[in-house]
Amino acid sequence: MFDFLKDYDLLGAFWTTVQLAVLSAVGSLIWGTLLAAMRVGPVPLMRAFGTAYVNIVRNIPLTVIILFTSLGLNQTLGVSLGANDVETINFRLAVLGLILYTSSFVCEALRSGINTVPVGQAEAARAIGLSFNQVLGLVVLPQAFRSSVVPLANVLIALIKNTTVAAAIGVAEAAVLMKEMIENEAQLLLISAIIAFGFVVLTLPTGLILGWVGKKVAVKR
Amino acid sequence: MSSVLYDAQGPRAKRRNVVLTVVFLVAVAALLWWVFRTLKDKGQLEWALWEPFVHTEAWSTYIWPGLQNTLKAAALAVIIALPLGAVLGIARLSDHAWVRVPAAVVVEFFRSIPVLVLMIFGLALFAEYTNVSSDDRPLYAVVTGLVLYNASVLAEIVRAGILALPKGQSEAAMAIGLRKGQLMRLILLPQSVTAMLPAIVSQLVVIVKDTALGGAVLTYTELLAAAGTMSGYYGGNIIQSFTVVSVIFIALNFALTSFASWLERRLRQAKKSTGAVVGANGAEIAGTTGTGAGGTV
Repeated sequence: MFDFLKDYDLLGAFWTTVQLAVLSAVGSLIWGTLLAAMRVGPVPLMRAFGTAYVNIVRNIPLTVIILFTSLGLNQTLGVSLGANDVETINFRLAVLGLILYTSSFVCEALRSGINTVPVGQAEAARAIGLSFNQVLGLVVLPQAFRSSVVPLANVLIALIKNTTVAAAIGVAEAAVLMKEMIENEAQLLLISAIIAFGFVVLTLPTGLILGWVGKKVAVKR
Repeated sequence: MSSVLYDAQGPRAKRRNVVLTVVFLVAVAALLWWVFRTLKDKGQLEWALWEPFVHTEAWSTYIWPGLQNTLKAAALAVIIALPLGAVLGIARLSDHAWVRVPAAVVVEFFRSIPVLVLMIFGLALFAEYTNVSSDDRPLYAVVTGLVLYNASVLAEIVRAGILALPKGQSEAAMAIGLRKGQLMRLILLPQSVTAMLPAIVSQLVVIVKDTALGGAVLTYTELLAAAGTMSGYYGGNIIQSFTVVSVIFIALNFALTSFASWLERRLRQAKKSTGAVVGANGAEIAGTTGTGAGGTV
């Protein structure tokens, strides 16, 4: 019953999914943190930029963003992100799209974390004469990160599932393989169950482990 | 809230802010200049490429029908998913393990699978086991995928809404002798519906965004697919078509998001209600054991 599987690179496809997820997670954590810092900072122009970015990007479908990186950035404007072959280019474009999109949700998750830090913490920090960078870096963000673990975990799970959107520009990940297998084999239910199982394996432990970590590190108030 | 992080600014802080503003402005301007140069070099600012959008033809032939299909899929999905989600959410709160556990398994399973996988499955399912015509299949598949996923997300929202109600509500109901069914039907559900309205509206945003998957992968002729066909017809104005379509998506979803947060603010301030609100990220409140994605991603 599982014979047909040896004609397909199932693990390879899920490995691509994992690579997409990990690279985009790191990138969007960095860019999302910068955006969050801009949104709560004292410079009005940066605040406006952060707010505008988040409101625009999270209201565009990820599919539109990823298709645009391929059709618009690559094919029309010739951006290739330093790669030569089509496969690498599309992979990198997909990561770029995922980072641009996911970072707006990372920003909001961090901001909700900042909101859980009691006012007294920041007031005390300012009272002993810390500057904005110190208040944020030494007092507020360490606490905010700890209470953002659970919302960030939800963003990560959504990101793992969103990597399938890269199928729209032909990155050979799990959803593309699923389509290919369904077209060639008469095993619809079995194939779907295998792919679904793969995603359950990726997302369920992530949620459980990070949920546990989130409870563990959360600041008890 | 941002003022919590820093003091009223003195002369040095003001000077530093001015410097930061200028540096940031220069960086943004440099980026915009680079975008402008690249667009210009590739001839993307030619009026001919933008011109179709000031005529009605592009709107009546491509954009409006595409938008209609987007809205149709989203509306069908939410209409079917809402009752299904309500049933699953209430089932998860049941006192009987044989109802509670299967409902939990179904909800957690469909929440941990990408919508696209569900849509691809739906497309093949309708092709193999039904005689839905091949023209209608993409719509059926998109709606099936959206319903399966969003019913389980809505189930979590319903559960959160009911759990958010003060305990006194069910205690009082039991004290006057209502049975469990009556308690749910007469006391808990009516109050929780208002509490979870903001979360449901912001889930609509997710549904609208996910319909675009149908256009890109399943050949469903919604707004994004319309942009593709349109740019082919008007001589490859991809960037221009995508800009117009993105603006429509942003306007639509921004309106929904604003409506959701307005509802949330209003419900939080309302004096008559119990004060229970499931916000935009409501599903997370209930998700103590959950894996799932927060409602809005």
